[in-house]
Amino acid sequence: MKQVAANMAGTVINVLVQVGDEISAGQDVVVLESMKMEVPVQAEVAGKVVEVKANIGDFVNEGDILVSVE
Amino acid sequence: MSKHLEETLREKIAQVEKGGDAKYHEKLKEQNKLFVRDRLKLLFDGEFTVEDGLFANVMAGDLPADGVVTAIGKVHGQTVCVMANDSTVKAGSWGSRTVEKIIRIQETAEKMRVPLIYLVDSAGARITDQLEMFPGRRGAGRIFYNEVKLSGKIPQICILFGPSAAGGAYIPAFCDIVIMVDKNASMYLGSPRMAEMVIGEKVSLEELGGARMHCTVSGCGDVLAANEEEAIQSARAYISFFPPNYTVEPPVAEAKPPVETAKEISAIVPENQNAAFNMHDLITALVDEGSFYEIKKLFAQELITGLARLNGKPVGIIANQPRVKGGVLFVDSADKAARFITLCDAFQIPLLFLADVPGFMIGTAVERAGIIRHGAKMISAMAEATVPKISVIVRKAYGAGLYAMASAAFEPDACLALPGAQIAVMGPEAAVNAVYSNKIQAIEDPQERQSFIMEKRKEYQEDIDLYLLASNLIVDAIIPPSDLRQELINRYDVYKGKRQTFSDRKHPVYPV
Repeated sequence: MKQVAANMAGTVINVLVQVGDEISAGQDVVVLESMKMEVPVQAEVAGKVVEVKANIGDFVNEGDILVSVE
Repeated sequence: MSKHLEETLREKIAQVEKGGDAKYHEKLKEQNKLFVRDRLKLLFDGEFTVEDGLFANVMAGDLPADGVVTAIGKVHGQTVCVMANDSTVKAGSWGSRTVEKIIRIQETAEKMRVPLIYLVDSAGARITDQLEMFPGRRGAGRIFYNEVKLSGKIPQICILFGPSAAGGAYIPAFCDIVIMVDKNASMYLGSPRMAEMVIGEKVSLEELGGARMHCTVSGCGDVLAANEEEAIQSARAYISFFPPNYTVEPPVAEAKPPVETAKEISAIVPENQNAAFNMHDLITALVDEGSFYEIKKLFAQELITGLARLNGKPVGIIANQPRVKGGVLFVDSADKAARFITLCDAFQIPLLFLADVPGFMIGTAVERAGIIRHGAKMISAMAEATVPKISVIVRKAYGAGLYAMASAAFEPDACLALPGAQIAVMGPEAAVNAVYSNKIQAIEDPQERQSFIMEKRKEYQEDIDLYLLASNLIVDAIIPPSDLRQELINRYDVYKGKRQTFSDRKHPVYPV
C-alpha cells in the first residue's frame, strides 16, 4: 500500500477522489490551501484508493497521510 | 632503432588500454556499466587526442594507468580535459600516481583555461598507499584544493557512474554540476556497513547515498540519468551552454522559435491569483524549441532552475512553480536558486527571473531549519550577480519573495510585469486581516463583516494597481503576454555590453 502525504502544511479545501477510484500516477487527489495558495497534492503511483483520511476543513502538517492507494 | 622496440611498445600500450582483468570487465556488464575508454568515446566528438600517464605504475604489473585515464579531447568542437576512473583496476581506487595524474590534469585545464570533466567511479583511497596519496602537499587534499581554486574559472562537470565514497565524495561536491546514473551512482561519507558499526543504523546503500536520494532529497545531485549513455549525453548538452572559461562569452546556437504546440501565454497564466498553473508551460512558450536543460529537476520543485536559449543565446531561468507547494520559497528552493544564480553569473550567462511567488514559507519547521539565512543566501547571490538580469513579475510577488526574485531594488536591468501582476508586501486577503483584524472581530453581523472585508480588499487592490506601480516607476514596463519573448530577446541584446563590478572588496561574508 502506498500513501499520499501532504507536501506542505495547510488546510484541506477539496478532496478529489473517493474510496474505490482508480487513479493514475501524477493525478491530483487533494487540494490544500496554504500561504493563500491552492496547492494540489498528487499521487506518486497509480492504483486503487482504499482510504481517504483527508476531510475538507482539516488542518494537515507536511507529511500527514491524506489518501492510501493500493 | 629496431622494429622490435616499437612493437614491444605498441603491445604494452595495447595491454594497458585493456584496463583490468577480464573478470572485472564481466562485472561491468553485469552492472550495466561501460568500460572507461568506451565512456570517453561517447563523451568526445571522436577519438580523444591526448593522453598522459598511460604507463603510470606500470611496474606494478596489475594496475594499468594506475586506475585513472587523464585525457584531452573535444566536445562540440571545444577542447576539454578529462579524468576518468577505471573501476576494472582495483575498483577505481586511488594510489599515489592516480592522485598525481588527477592533479596534473587539473593543472593542465587551469593553464589552458578549458572545462574539466570528472568521470567518477571509485571506491576511494587505497589504504595500503595512504602515506603517499593521502596527507601530503600533493596528496588527495590537493585535488579538492584545486577544484575550489578552479571553481568559477573553468566549468567543472562531474558524471558519477558508480560510488564516490568518503573523501572521494568531495570531487562531485566541488563541481558545478553532478550528473548521477540511477541505481549505480552513489555518494556517501560512511558506507552502510560503517553506519551500522559506528552508529548502529541499518540502511541500504540506495537509501543512504543513492543517486535518486541525492537528486531528490539532499540536492547533492543535479541530474538523474537512467543509464550511462543518457548521463554522457546530458553532460554534452550541458557543456553546449558554457564558454571554455569565465573570460569568454557563452557559445551561441542556431536560433529556433518556441515549439509550435506551446500555449498562448495569456491562456497559461490564470487571472485568479490563488489558482495553481504549470510554470513549465510558460517556459516552453518563451524559449527556443527543445532548448531547456533543467537543473535539479527533482529537488525543491517549487522552484524551477534551468538553462535555455532565447534566439540561440543562453539564458539561465529561475522560476517559481505555483503547481508545487504554491510556488512558495523554502529552505531547499532558496539554496537551489542561490547555487544556480552563482553558476550563471560565473560564466556570463544572463539571468531571467519569472516571479509568481506568495513569499517565503512560514512556521516552526522552516524557522528551525534556518529559512532566514537560506533566504539571505539566495538574495545575496541574486544581488551580487552582475550578468544581465531581467525580472518578470508573471502574476504576483509578495513579501521577501519579491526581493528574492530580483525586483527593482536589486538592480535588475529591467523589472517587467505582465498585465494582472500584483506586487505587495502581502496579498489582499492577508493584508486586510493583518491591518483590520481588531475591527473585523468587532463587527458582529456576519454580513456586515463580510462587506467590510470586501470593501477593504478592493481598496487594497487599488493601492497595488499595476498601472499605479508603473506610474511610480516601480516596474519599468508592462508587457503584453504575447510580446514577452520578443521583448526579452531585444533587451538581452541591448544589455549584452553590460560591465559591472558589484563591490570593491575581497569577498562578502556569506550568509551561509
